Parts: sequence; structure tokens; C-alpha cells
Amino acid sequence: MAVTEAAAAPRVEHEDHEAMVETGRPGELLPARYGGARAFGWWGMVWLIATEATLFALLIASYFYLRFRFGPPWPPDGIENPKLGLPLLMTVVLWSSSPCVHLAERGIRAGSQRRLRLGLAAGWVLGATFLVLTFAVEWPTTLKEFGPTTNAYGSMFFTITGFHAAHVVVGLLMSAWVQVWAARGLYDRERHLSVENFAMYWQFVDAVWAFVLLAVYISPRL
Amino acid sequence: MTGIQTGIATVTAPAPDEIEWRGEVVRQLDADWSEGGGIGSWIGTVDHKRIGLRYLYTGLVFFAAGGIESLLIRLQLAGPDLHVVGPEAYDQLFSMHGVTMMFLFAMPVLSGFGNYFVPLMIGARDMAFPRLNAFGYWMLLGAGLFLYSSFLFGKAPDNGWFNYVPLGDSRFTPGINIDYYLIGLILLGISSTGGAINFIVTILKLRAPGMTLNRIPIFVWGELAMSLQIVFALPALTLASVLLMLDRTFGFHFYDEAGGGDPLLWQHLFWVFGHPEVYIVALPGFGIASAIIPTWVRRPIVGYTYIVIGELSVALIGFGVWVHHMFAVGLPNMTLSFISLASFMVAIPSAIQVFAWLATLVAGRPVLKTPLLFVLGFIVIFVIGGVTGVMFAAVPFDQATTDSYFVVAHLHYVLVGSAVFPIFGALYHWGPKVTGHLLDERLGKWSFWLMFAGFNLAFFPQHLLGLYGMPRRVYTYDADLGWSAYNLASTIGAFILGVGILVTAYNWVRSRRRGDPAGNDPWRGETLEWYTTSPPAPYNFVTVPTVRSREPMWDQPELAGGAQHPDAGGRPLTGGHLTLSTSPLDARPQAVVHMPHSTPWPFFLTLALLLVAVGVLLNAWPVAIVGVVASGAGLAGWYWPRGQTQET
Amino acid sequence: MLDPSSGAGRRVAGLWWMLFWISVVAVAVVVGLIAVAIVRRHRRPEATAGEGEGDDDIDRSPVAWGDRFVVLSGIVVTGVVLAVSFVVSLFVLNDLAAPAERQPLKIEVVAHTWWWEVRYPGGAVTANEIHIPVGEPVEVRLRTADVIHSFWVPELQVKQDLVPGMDNHLSLEADHAGRFRGQCAEYCGLQHAHMVFFVRAQPPAEFQDWLADQGRPAADPTSALAQQGRTTFEGSSCAGCHTIRGTTADGVLGPDLTHLAGRETIGAGVDRLDPDTLARWIANAQDDKPGASMPPTELTPAQVDAVVAYLLGLE
Repeated sequence: MAVTEAAAAPRVEHEDHEAMVETGRPGELLPARYGGARAFGWWGMVWLIATEATLFALLIASYFYLRFRFGPPWPPDGIENPKLGLPLLMTVVLWSSSPCVHLAERGIRAGSQRRLRLGLAAGWVLGATFLVLTFAVEWPTTLKEFGPTTNAYGSMFFTITGFHAAHVVVGLLMSAWVQVWAARGLYDRERHLSVENFAMYWQFVDAVWAFVLLAVYISPRL
Repeated sequence: MTGIQTGIATVTAPAPDEIEWRGEVVRQLDADWSEGGGIGSWIGTVDHKRIGLRYLYTGLVFFAAGGIESLLIRLQLAGPDLHVVGPEAYDQLFSMHGVTMMFLFAMPVLSGFGNYFVPLMIGARDMAFPRLNAFGYWMLLGAGLFLYSSFLFGKAPDNGWFNYVPLGDSRFTPGINIDYYLIGLILLGISSTGGAINFIVTILKLRAPGMTLNRIPIFVWGELAMSLQIVFALPALTLASVLLMLDRTFGFHFYDEAGGGDPLLWQHLFWVFGHPEVYIVALPGFGIASAIIPTWVRRPIVGYTYIVIGELSVALIGFGVWVHHMFAVGLPNMTLSFISLASFMVAIPSAIQVFAWLATLVAGRPVLKTPLLFVLGFIVIFVIGGVTGVMFAAVPFDQATTDSYFVVAHLHYVLVGSAVFPIFGALYHWGPKVTGHLLDERLGKWSFWLMFAGFNLAFFPQHLLGLYGMPRRVYTYDADLGWSAYNLASTIGAFILGVGILVTAYNWVRSRRRGDPAGNDPWRGETLEWYTTSPPAPYNFVTVPTVRSREPMWDQPELAGGAQHPDAGGRPLTGGHLTLSTSPLDARPQAVVHMPHSTPWPFFLTLALLLVAVGVLLNAWPVAIVGVVASGAGLAGWYWPRGQTQET
Repeated sequence: MLDPSSGAGRRVAGLWWMLFWISVVAVAVVVGLIAVAIVRRHRRPEATAGEGEGDDDIDRSPVAWGDRFVVLSGIVVTGVVLAVSFVVSLFVLNDLAAPAERQPLKIEVVAHTWWWEVRYPGGAVTANEIHIPVGEPVEVRLRTADVIHSFWVPELQVKQDLVPGMDNHLSLEADHAGRFRGQCAEYCGLQHAHMVFFVRAQPPAEFQDWLADQGRPAADPTSALAQQGRTTFEGSSCAGCHTIRGTTADGVLGPDLTHLAGRETIGAGVDRLDPDTLARWIANAQDDKPGASMPPTELTPAQVDAVVAYLLGLE
């Protein structure tokens, strides 16, 4: 094909319209529909997670800094060790959402709209349950004994769990967005970057919970 | 023949059917990439060059503001017991001088050069995230205006650019000065982090095919190193600021020792950010030097691999030395010794770069025009700052001179050296590419010598002031201490430096109207920004080139025409707003990406976030909540799927 | 620091001179290489035949000595110099931290915005002046009543911060008699510039006399005016902030004034202490030290004169 013709008619009618595009070099076609590490947005989410992970790491490091700066007892001022029962239940609830979201992503990669929608919905419900347990049960119970303005321990307790909960809230908003567009049929087996990115973010938030659990709830007992 | 003597590059005339082919490609690219005029285009532009230029101009305006602040400071200190400004105003001046120069001048201008030139140097049509790019700029402008609005109420931040507590907490500074500071920094953190992620992904994924890792221009490596640092350092500042906001606004106890908190926690968190921050400012400056030197000594850089490893090592080791800002705080000597060792060793990767540049200068044939003069000035000034920095790595010497004018001298030598001088060199080296006009060489030389002499007169005496016992951040001093003469000399030097800066400002404005046309490649440069027109068209290149060398413009003669033919590897990528996604290591083409068109959502999101900022500042929670909801709407508008071909 | 009057000061000065000369050599090398590059710039270019095309002036020849030069100068020589400097600095650090040979006199300094409270064993309390015996180590315990300050006497010792919640210490020793100026070295607010203090090193016997004197209650007024002044002081707001031991004035917000007359400055460095400056200070401290905690006085000028007469009798 002469160069001038190629320059004039770059778009090739493939069986899947606009799936492959001519670059203008003779005979060269490149995909225009793709996901994963070929997509810029995927990398954007990776680096966003890197900054948020750093934020959490520093917050938890600050927690341990204050704790070891002033020595035992910890919690200070006669506050009891945080109870484990409810947090462990919250852990089960939150971590159950992980496989749901994962199944949703694998589903759409295989082309299944059904698995996508069901997985996302289940994950959303479990995430929302986690938040309800946090804000309606765990926090009010804790506030009976101490609050964020009681002392540095209280400030840390509510800020760490609060930061994490805020990230869950953002995750639920993201999930709702993706579910709305999934219902409108936007995603298919080749293009579902938003699902991939949301899943990455959600697994990150679930992973951070491990550190929150360890630092805030378990480490005072060690 | 050579661009340097005549200022005009000679281009061999293309063959007739090539002209026709090229004309057709240009016509299609113009149609797909032009953003049009009008207010919509002004608010919604996503063109990295327009955005980069905005960063540059906005940063330079804040440079002027920071400069005026410094001149007022120097006037107040020109003699003992003066009353040019009172202590309240003085404290706001020195605090805002630091905040302005670090956050509103150095980072934006260096990002601006990065924004403009990274895509050009890697052969890409735009940054990876054009809308995020626009958002980063609007947030910078918004944060800067937000911070400076504090002056209107006489409530500018007044606790220094690092705002130690307890002085910065609600007990000792109850006014909104510090809230302005904290919220402003959080806004700036959002801007910088977005920009950094943009640079990282752009540099990893948008390089022209064939630009393997070891062919990446060092300026681009410098921007990558800077961006990696931003990603991992800014969270520390954001966290410190959020925790202090919680203490101040709601009575939390992170930093007050009575409640079990610790004032030193602020210092740790701040300097975990603050030390990498100085390298965030310095590394792009080093990158600019590595961009200017090869062109102006007419040979490739010596020691490329060492320089790259040097840039990345500085970025990494820079995270391990923050405690050296706290040597006098009362930490155990064991801790101090480890940090001292790391602080000595961090000088090595910088030394590697300096010697590589010197080797290139000696092996090449320097052309002593303004861009190279500024780089030479940078090297001398930065090395002086570097050796005093090594002195500070020695704990006892640090404990003797920290918080004195010796450290003020040191920090200005390293920062003005590694940022301001390279920036001015870049204005002369890249100015013609940006404006299409050459700058006046005579004015350039005047500017350089005035700046070099003025800077040294302003800051060298400050070493002596520190050794004679003058602490920093004092609004006046006694007549009988023997400090007066040095202070007066310093003030005079500062004004001479200011005049030198104004000469370049005049030169820039004059060149836009009366400068000679630059042509594509006035200096016969080696990297891809010289492959295209001056200024570049919105689509940057007629064809995205295939790169086969570290100095493509010197080694690939087919690039000289400004449009590498497809048979030689060039890709027109017509038929949409398209660029290439390539693999991170080898730059193999992987996909064709549809880039977003101009859009007002980044601007709108910025307004929403500013609403949140104002609401929090005034503790007007309904306003803040409206801002949060508006931000959600902004994000929704931004991400609303449009068309079948965009990334979804 | 360039004119040290203590062992510690001399060690730091020694470290400084070593680093200074190393730096001079380093800068000279860099400037020298730049000079070489400039001087050689018009030499004829190396042959570029076979490399790239065209008759342009780009020199593509490899620099055989390049990598070796960079490694040798940037890594090896720089690394050795830095390592040696680090080790020397460690020795100095160790010296400064070494415990005193004799049992040091222990005093306590409490920093306030913007003045220095100094407390001696035995009950002597003064402000903005520290007396020490020549040739004997004094251990200073550093505390703060409010924000972070920094204790710095350049001629005698490195600085150390006073941080809330931290129990910092500094060792002070002068090797000859004299007066040494100190100033707060951590920005602490509006009047950070006026937080000056003096260290007076005295022969040990003289120091003991001074210390004994400081421990005694305030001298009685010797004139009628001064007597009036004492009565006025005790009965006015002055007594609410200041202590004068031996009188009913026992406020703790401001400096102890029991032996005010022996001090060199008023307002922690605002002015030399004399009848005029003291009267000005009492009338309205805000004039010369805006933001200071001391409010303008409600006393009449005549009353102020009386108080000044009394206070300047308090040796």
C-alpha cells in the first residue's frame, strides 16, 4: 500500500470495529482496545496505591513511635486493651469481599456480565456491612471508654481506623460507579480497565486492614 | 552549517512527493489535535505544552513574589535595629519566602520544564494523563492564590516554612495563619503527586519506539527520579499536616506531650518529606545541566550510566538522612552517628555527576554562550553549597552552626545553585524552542554575571555571620556585635541578584517580539525536542520517530527534516487523537492510545476542592461538605465514559 | 566559633578548619577543571572520520579516560575523603559527650518566650545570666516552659534544643574568665531576636561568693524613694508576675528579680540595664519588645521612678 493511501485511510474495518489501528508504518497494526499493563490508567492506579500505601505506612509508624516514646503501659491512662471479637468479625466480613471482587474481575475477563455484576454487588454489600459495623457498633462502643481527644492513643485509634474506613467509603463509591456502567453494558472481555483498577484498589484497602488489625487491635496484647 | 554560529539550522529540501505526503499528514493531525481558541480552550486545555508554559509563567510570578519578600527581609537586616518592617510582618515574610520558593516557584517551574520537554524528548505526543496534567496546574494556581490570600488578612503563615510545633499548634498560634499553611500544603501535595504519577507513567510507557532505558535523555531520568521521590515523600508532609489540623481544629493529641503526643513527631514526619524535597528540587536541575552540556560542548555526555545511577541513588539515599535536620534536638549519639554516615555518603552520587560533567566539559569544546555560562555558574555554586553540606554531616559542626546564618548560606548555595541557575540556563537553552525566537546573547551574559556576582555577594558573607554567632530568623540585631557590615554587603548583593534576574525577564519579553526566528534546531542539539518546530505544533511531531541512538539528532540524519519517513520508522498516527503505548524497558510498541480532548472537568474539580479548603479553613463545615459533593460530581464528569475508543 | 574559649569549642573549631581546608581543595579542583575546559576549548577537534555523517563539529569519539576519571574522582577519592571526615567527626562527637572528670555543678535552665530562667542548687534563681566557675564543668539541664528553644553560646559550646517532654543536658566549661554571649537559636515567635543571655565565667572563689549572694533574699532599700518603690512593687500587679525573695512578691510568670541590679541587660537583650532603660521598660515593655508577655504598667511616672530606684538597689 502506498504511503499516501495509508495516511489517508488509517482506520481498518476489523471484525470488531476499531480494535486494531494502523500506525502509518507500512503494514503495522496495533491494538486500540486493551487493558492491564498496556493501559496508562492501570499504571496510574498502581502509583496512586503506592502513595496511599506510603501514607498508611507512615501513620502506623507514627503510632508505634508514640507508643514506644513514652513506654508502657499501652494503652495508657488505664484504658483497656481493645476487644478482639468485633474486629475479627469485621475482618471476616471485609476479607470475604475480596474473592467476590476478584471473581467479578475474572468473570468479565472471560466475558461474563453476570459474574461481573454479581461479584461487584456482593463485594459492595460486604464492604457496606463492614462500615456499618465500624460506625454503628465499634466506634460508639469504644467512645464509651475514650475518644480521639482523650489522649494520643485515642487520637491514633480513631485516626487509623478512620483513615481506613474513609478508604473503604471511597472504594464503595468507586464500586457503585463501576456497577452502574456495568449495568449499561460498557465492559467486555477486552475492555474493562475500570473494573481492573477498582479491583486493584479494593484489594489494597483489604490488605491495609491486615496492618490496622495487627497494629491497633493485636499488638497491644503482644 | 552549525546552528550555534548562525542561529539557523540548515535543512535539506525534501523531495516533492514527500512534501505531498507530509502535507496530508499535517492536515489530518492539525484537524485532530488543534484545541481551538476561546475561553473553553483556555480553561479546558490538556496540551502538555500549554500547561507546561503555564507552570513556567506562574512559577516565575511566584518567584518574583518570593524575591520581593527576600528583598524586604534584606532591607530590614541591612543595618542593626532597623524598623523597615516589624516582627509580625517579618515573621510572615521569611515564612512565606520559604514556602513560596520551595513550593510555588522551584517545583512548578521544574515541573513546567518537565511537562513541556519530557514528551518532546521521548518522542511522545503528550503526557500519559493530559487531564490530570491540567488538574495539577489548576491546583497549583489555586493553592498559590489560597496561600497568598492570607496576606490580605494579615494572617500569612508566620512559623517558618517547616512550622515546628508546639509553636505551630493552637495554643501558641491560635490564628488561621497555620491553618492556611497546612491546607495550602495539602492542596499542593495533591497537585505535585498527580504530576509525579503523570511523569512516571509517561516516562515508562510513552517513549518513542527504540528508546530503550539506556537511550533516555538524562533530563528525563532526572524528572523520573524527582517524581519517584514525590510519590514517596509527599505522603509524609500530607500526613503531618492532617494530624496537625486534627490537633488544632478538634483537639487531638498527636503533637502535645501533655496528652501523650510528641512535638518531635512533627519534625520526623516533616523532614522525612523535607529532605527528599530538596533533592526533588535539585535533581531536575542536575538533569537540565546534563541536557545543556552536551549540546554546548559539542559532544555526548561522559559517564552516562554513572550519572543515571547517581540521580537514582541520590533519590534513594535521600530518604535515609532526614534526622540530620534534628542533630541538635537531643537524640542519642548512636542514632546521630548512623545518620551522619549516611549524610556523608549521599554526597558521593552528587560528586559522580559533578565529575562526569567536568569530564564532558574538558573532553568537549565548550561554547561560552549564556546557557553554558549558567550551567558553569550552577556547578561552582552548587559545589560550594555541597562542601558546606558535607560539613553539616559532621554532627559536632552541625550542632555548632545549625539554625545560624551558616545554614542559611548553605541552603541558598545548594538550592539557588541547583535550581535557579539551571532554570535560567534552561530559559536561554530552551526558550527559543518555546517561543520560536532567539534571546539576546549580550543581555544574557549581563544577566548571568550580575546574578553570579550578586548571589555570591549576598550569600557568602552569611557563612561568616553564622560562624560569628548570628542565629537565623531574627528580625533585627544589635549594633555592637560586628554583624552589620556583612549584613549590609549581603543586602547589596541581593539587590544586584535581583537586577540580574530582571535583565533576563526583559530579555525574554523582548525576544518574543524582536528576537530572531529560532528555527527547529538553532543549537544543533542532540535530543528529540530539536526534531520538531519552534514552537512545536499541538501534535508535537509529524511522525513519532523510531529512535536508534542516545543522541538521535546527531546520529540519525533522517530526523533532520522534522518528519522521519514511515519507511525509516516514523509513525504518523493519524486518524484521531492518538499516541503510542510502548513497553517500559525496551520501548516496543504495544498499543495505540486515544488521548482525551480538552475538557473543563479538571478546572471544575479544582474549584470544588478549593471550596473544601475554604470551608475547612473557616471551620464552615456545610461549605466543606458542599465542596466534597461537588468534587464527587467533578470526578464523575471527568470519568464519564465518552466514545468507544477511550480507555474505560 | 572561630574564637573558642573552651575545650569543646576548640575541638569543634579544629574540626571546622579540617573540613574548611578539604573544601577549599575540592572547590579549587572543580574550578580548576572548568578553567582547563575553557582554556582548551578552541583546540582542533579530534578526528571524527567514520563516526556519523556530515562535516559538522560534533565530536563522537569515545573518551577513554572518562569512566575511570568519574569513578576515581567521584567515588574513590570523594569516598575516602568523606570516610576520613566522618571518622574524625565521630571522635569529636565522642569527646564532646565524654563525662566530666570532676563532678560537675548542676544547674537548670528553663526557657520561656522570651527569656531564660536559671536555677542554681541551694535556691538561687536568676534570669538571662549564667555565672560559672572558670575551668570547672557545669552540667546544664535544659527544659522549656512552652515552645522549642535552643541554647547557644557560640564561644563555648555547640547548641542544644530545649524541647517539651525532653530532658536534655549540655556541658558548659570556660577555660578563662570572661563574658560570653548566648542567644536562642530556634525560632520561637515574635521576639526570638530578643532572647539573649550572657555567661560569665569567674574564678572559682569569686563564683562561690556570687552564688552565695544570689541565694540570699533581696537587699533592703537604702533610701526613702527605694522604700516607696518596694511598697509600690509589692502592692501592684508587678508582684503578680515577679518574685523578689524576702518580700511578699511571689509571682512566677516573669523572671525572678531578687538580684536584678547585677544583670547586664533588660528584657533579655533589648537594652543595657540602667535607670532610663529600666523606667522605659516598666512603663511599656511593648515599645521595645512588642509581643512580650509584660503589659504596659498602670503605675504613674513617679511611682515608676520609685520602683526603679528600689530595683536598681537589688545587687
